[in-house]
Amino acid sequence: MPHASAWIESVVALHGRIPATGPYHMQLSAGFPALVTHAMTLAASFQIEYLQFLGAEGQPVRELPPAFRDPAVLVEPFKRMLFARAFDTKAVALQRTGKLGTYPPCLGHEATHIGIGASMRNGDVFAPSYRELGTMFERGVRPRDVLMYWGGDERGSDYPRDSDAAIDFPICVPIATQCLHAAGAALAFKLRGQAQVAVAACGDGGSSKSDFYAALNCAGAYTLPLVLAVINNGWAISVPREAQTGARTLAQKGIAGGLHCLQVDGNDLVAVLESMRIATERARSGGGGTVIEFMTYRLSDHTTADDARRYRDQDEVKAAWALEPVARMRTWLTAQGAWSEAQETEWKAECERRIAIEVDAYLATPAQPVQAMFDYLYADPPADLLAQRAAAIALEARHG
Amino acid sequence: MDEPRRDDAPHAAPGDGAEALPASSGGDAGKPMTDTPITLIEAVTQALAWELAHDPTVLVLGEDVGVNGGVFRATAGLQQRFGDQRVLDTPLDETTIAGLAVGLGAQGMKPVTEAQFDGFVYPMIDQVVSHAARLRNRTRGRLSCPMVLRVPWGGGIRAPEHHSEANEAMFVNVPGLRVVMPSSPQRAYGLLLAAIREPDPVIYYEPKRIYRQYKELVPDDGEALPLDVCFLLREGHDVTLVAWGAQVKEALEAADVLAAEGVSAEVVDVATLRPLDFDTIAESVARTGRCVIVQEAPRSAGFGAEIAARLAERSMFDLLAPVERVTGYDTHIPLFRLEMKYLPGVERIVAAARRTLAHG
Repeated sequence: MPHASAWIESVVALHGRIPATGPYHMQLSAGFPALVTHAMTLAASFQIEYLQFLGAEGQPVRELPPAFRDPAVLVEPFKRMLFARAFDTKAVALQRTGKLGTYPPCLGHEATHIGIGASMRNGDVFAPSYRELGTMFERGVRPRDVLMYWGGDERGSDYPRDSDAAIDFPICVPIATQCLHAAGAALAFKLRGQAQVAVAACGDGGSSKSDFYAALNCAGAYTLPLVLAVINNGWAISVPREAQTGARTLAQKGIAGGLHCLQVDGNDLVAVLESMRIATERARSGGGGTVIEFMTYRLSDHTTADDARRYRDQDEVKAAWALEPVARMRTWLTAQGAWSEAQETEWKAECERRIAIEVDAYLATPAQPVQAMFDYLYADPPADLLAQRAAAIALEARHG
Repeated sequence: MDEPRRDDAPHAAPGDGAEALPASSGGDAGKPMTDTPITLIEAVTQALAWELAHDPTVLVLGEDVGVNGGVFRATAGLQQRFGDQRVLDTPLDETTIAGLAVGLGAQGMKPVTEAQFDGFVYPMIDQVVSHAARLRNRTRGRLSCPMVLRVPWGGGIRAPEHHSEANEAMFVNVPGLRVVMPSSPQRAYGLLLAAIREPDPVIYYEPKRIYRQYKELVPDDGEALPLDVCFLLREGHDVTLVAWGAQVKEALEAADVLAAEGVSAEVVDVATLRPLDFDTIAESVARTGRCVIVQEAPRSAGFGAEIAARLAERSMFDLLAPVERVTGYDTHIPLFRLEMKYLPGVERIVAAARRTLAHG
């Protein structure tokens, strides 16, 4: 995993001078004869910065930002990371016992997911892909909603109307299409003069989609208050990050659209929070959009229908466990005296208690009546649809 | 791409209350149009201007819709009048237009988007089908997508490749959408107002072949037409001709030819394809006992097949003859040297009507 700082210098026009060194330079200049490259001047140059505060061992690699020097401020988001992990474990268990449909685990993504959500406000809009349940919880989506959705019930996308998530987009399965929905929401904010931010999350694979490029392009063209969070977990089902694109970083894709770009250690909660603080503040103040590449790792299978052992070296997974976000934050908070084993034991019991309530609520909810497939299709349903609805109700009454 | 040379021979639309007039030079949103007859495309402009003026959430989005006023001039003068915060040029990417509309719609805006030509809607289909059409359903009504996608539609204007497609059936098969296709200036105005006011996504096809075919008085009164009715344009008792879009004009002309032969043809403009007002068609067929469906698109699994199937289900015992379909061939519409041989025309419609009359 390329956790080292990535740096590129890119020549965007044939008239540019190829920079002196580096593999990226070699790749670019290979197509030009030496005589031509010597005649070139620099048209533009770019660099991608990398942000990390807490290293894998839970020790700061540089001084923490002022907002996070008091470890107490990190305790609550850390507890919610633990909650997300506990919920994830339970959801997988429910699927394995036939009580939930296919489910995409979030194991290993907790710092990125919680950090993104904790950085957003009421009035902002989140457009998830399908794995960011930690972010969704931060926005006010209930665990029972997530279970309902993966349990095959549309009501799981009807988020509590009194929560921040009331205006969020639902889980989005068609890859990266949600990036444009966030861009559209950001355009609405901008046209209405609202200091609100739209955040879309997609994966490393999602950054290959035309919708992703379209979103960053129009965000640049319109200077939209948009944050595109590329959650790079190393794998798009079975295809590794290296096979996904020749780009050195995924963050640099934002350069093409004129966005701010940053690569972040997505297993470092402090770095996630700080990068999101910078990007959202800039967006609110009219400074435009940002692509943030969060470097993390999918410690689980892609979904419960997947078996990653078919395509992924288990040594790589073992190595990734050494970088995972929960242990790192636990080490730091414990060293600072802000967290203890006793607290964790107590909190985990509380998580189990809360999750049990949510699971019970989900399992106790009967399926919708058959007319539910008709009732939300149109605000004003056409007559022929109502006739089909009546027929479906009659059929259900006869046969159940 | 600029607007290709259009069909230079304007045709009257008999029975549609209009004189044949030369094609006009395009709309001007700043000019009142109520007192002078206007073309179909000017009626589109007039409806857009009305809604922009009366609903602050309405936005017009598309390629070249701003300063340029649209390649067909549908948005002429609108940006000058309403500003670039209401009438927005987009980057040249159809996926962007459709995807932005989903986000804008979910945020309570009413994006009226334009696909510059019918052949350019394909990159929009994922956003329209996967999101716009089902956002309300997916969220149990929490979010919705009140967008309009305006699509200049169909052949017959000697346009370049990918500019002449009749792909309405693709959208008619999508739950959650409404699909509309006006065939006169008055219906273009009233149906576009209705489409913009509709709380769910509407695909609004504009038959570009008759954009400037003739003019009629279109009062700029903000009066919408219903989005779920077929229009009976001409009454008759021998055969029903069912058409939509530019083919309505062909059907009306075919009715004239048939009338000269002593055959009385009824003409139905479908106008809204989804949801289909089949009652109007069925009642007409109950009167005439014969039906010719005219469809510009390729024959197989086109929208005409849906009408024919419903006739088989409901009107079998009213029919005196097999239902006829006059359609495009199951080919791609050819480049323009051959396109008029592809498009259904008066002669084929008349021949089909005569075949139905040979029975019973």
